[in-house]
Amino acid sequence: MSEEARGRDDGQAGRDAISEEVHGRQALSPGDHARDALTGTAGPRRRRRRRERPVVPEPEFTSYYGRPVVKPPVWKALDIAGYLFLGGLAGASSVLSAGAELTGRPRLARGTRIGAAGAIAVSLAALVHDLGRPARFVNMLRVLKWTSPMSVGSWILSAYAPAAGAAALSAVTGRLPRIGTAGAMAGAVAGPAVAAYTGVLLADTAVPGWHEGHRELPYLFVSSAAGAGGGLGLLVAPLAEAAPARRMGVAGGTAELLVAHFMRRRMGVVAEAYETGRAGVLIRTAEALTGAGALAAVLGRRSRWLSAAAGGALLAGSALTRFGVFEAGMISSKDPKYTVVPQRARLDARDDGNAVRPDGTVQQH
Amino acid sequence: MAERMGFFTDTSVCIGCKACEVACKEWNAIPEDGLNFTGMSYDNTERLGADSWRHVAFIEQRKPLARQEPGVDHEGPVPPLGTPPDLAPMNPMTPGEGGDLRWLMSSDVCKHCTVAACLDVCPTGALFRTEFGTVVVQSDVCNGCGYCIPACPFGVLGQRKDDGRAWKCTLCYDRIGDGLEPACAKACPTDSIQYGPLDELRERAAARVTTLNDAGVDDARLYLADTDDGIGGAGAFFLLLDDPEVYGLPPDPIATTRDLPAMWRHAALAAAGLLGAGLLAFAGRRR
Ligand code: SF4
Ligand code: SF4
Repeated sequence: MSEEARGRDDGQAGRDAISEEVHGRQALSPGDHARDALTGTAGPRRRRRRRERPVVPEPEFTSYYGRPVVKPPVWKALDIAGYLFLGGLAGASSVLSAGAELTGRPRLARGTRIGAAGAIAVSLAALVHDLGRPARFVNMLRVLKWTSPMSVGSWILSAYAPAAGAAALSAVTGRLPRIGTAGAMAGAVAGPAVAAYTGVLLADTAVPGWHEGHRELPYLFVSSAAGAGGGLGLLVAPLAEAAPARRMGVAGGTAELLVAHFMRRRMGVVAEAYETGRAGVLIRTAEALTGAGALAAVLGRRSRWLSAAAGGALLAGSALTRFGVFEAGMISSKDPKYTVVPQRARLDARDDGNAVRPDGTVQQH
Repeated sequence: MAERMGFFTDTSVCIGCKACEVACKEWNAIPEDGLNFTGMSYDNTERLGADSWRHVAFIEQRKPLARQEPGVDHEGPVPPLGTPPDLAPMNPMTPGEGGDLRWLMSSDVCKHCTVAACLDVCPTGALFRTEFGTVVVQSDVCNGCGYCIPACPFGVLGQRKDDGRAWKCTLCYDRIGDGLEPACAKACPTDSIQYGPLDELRERAAARVTTLNDAGVDDARLYLADTDDGIGGAGAFFLLLDDPEVYGLPPDPIATTRDLPAMWRHAALAAAGLLGAGLLAFAGRRR
């Protein structure tokens, strides 16, 4: 069975793993255990990962027939990971457009205004499409709950989207320039909130691959947003106006690579979800694209074409980062290992008298 | 606010009859969710979800429980039906050498957490806490955003595919309001599922663990009865005979909303950083 197959949610993957486990045991001592029914504890699956770290042994843990402990999200990748990317792109583009406005860079201002509004419009459509009951989307604004990042996000979006829309409409039609400018400024203030809250949105779940990164995800997402916004700026602005977008793209892309690295280093066993299967491919491709995009942006100061290519690579890298994080969360929620191993370690540490910090990490004494 | 009500599920007397699953489906008119044959012992329900609000887990282990005998070699007369356990010649707590197989069964359910992540994250207010301290979804408000589903540390909630909304155990909100016990507890023939005021259940559970431990069942332990765990204690807690993960339960669950203030601080810093860095990008040379 391939790595990809392990990520499937059709139950077959789990059953395969179990029968494999049972047959494995029977092969060891056929006579004695041949009458065994399943023993309820599908042990760790000893499987070669594409980039397995050889020094770390597979942790021993117990599970109920290899079944996941938490439920994987029912969200669709295209809708939600797509929204994470487009929302971030919109937020960072709004910051760029406000700066461009204030410093007299009309082409950059116009392109990023339109880009931000387009991205947020598609975002909203994706969010409504992903609801189980799309007709009830207004229920999102029924209450404001600080304990619900989705509720807070809905209110942030309902402040941001009209501002971004007004700015873009004014840019396209050339009418009501004052309202357009006011919209652009308001968008620049609300935009970063749109880009940052999505980190909390994912981290405030029991999905190990997301919650274990709850300190880093907001930084990762704003960095990725800056990379994307800078990328868009490089695509739409002429060389004479592109310098701020270039700086933003390079800084964002670089920060994205660094934060992602630190996040995975702190995650312990859960980091494996980021190296496994489709998530691994997405993350590695994203890193390559973002790195190449940042480099090309630095080198392309005098070439419109190289700058545009850099912008495209930064945008693609940012998008794939979001899809990679989304996929890693899915993988981590479908394998009980990522839930049980860290929790068991925490519990055992507490039993041994070691301090467990409020955030759940263990302090040895 | 009425007294906080809950479940104490004593798995040491569960016989795996699934009467709870059936009673729950019947009372709550829950649709069928797959007639599977899993090969996982007698468990073909597989998991809790939108259409399974009780789930009986079956675990077969090569471990002794306590003395178990087939009962074919009784000396003397066979005791009449209805003999109380302590007068029977042999029961699962009879001390002695253990056998080589034990069969664990446990009826799982929504834990009605004191700190309920599902309720915290619900953006529409569809999930709410009742006057009995239980956690219930209002299906006329839920818009199927799906946020509660990965938020629950126990994987309790599920989405009903054809209707899009999230569903879970209501602790029979419609029954307990009328002074009836929930359908599953009513149907349970061994009183493995006990319903009542939470304080009373906790006392009863503590006494039961002591009895079992004294009788040599060292594995018996309470799960989620402690109010200072990561979910502030559960309204539905369990007596287990092995580690929680053996039953598919998380060993040290936390409501992730506990970390939310820190997460909001990080997000605020990150947003300020993006705004600051974005504006800083306009300083310096023009090209
Ligand atoms: S067990 Fe899950 S669904 Fe039930 S109250 Fe707790 S968090 Fe909510
Ligand atoms: S799916 Fe329904 S109950 Fe669950 S969080 Fe969304 S609105 Fe609330």
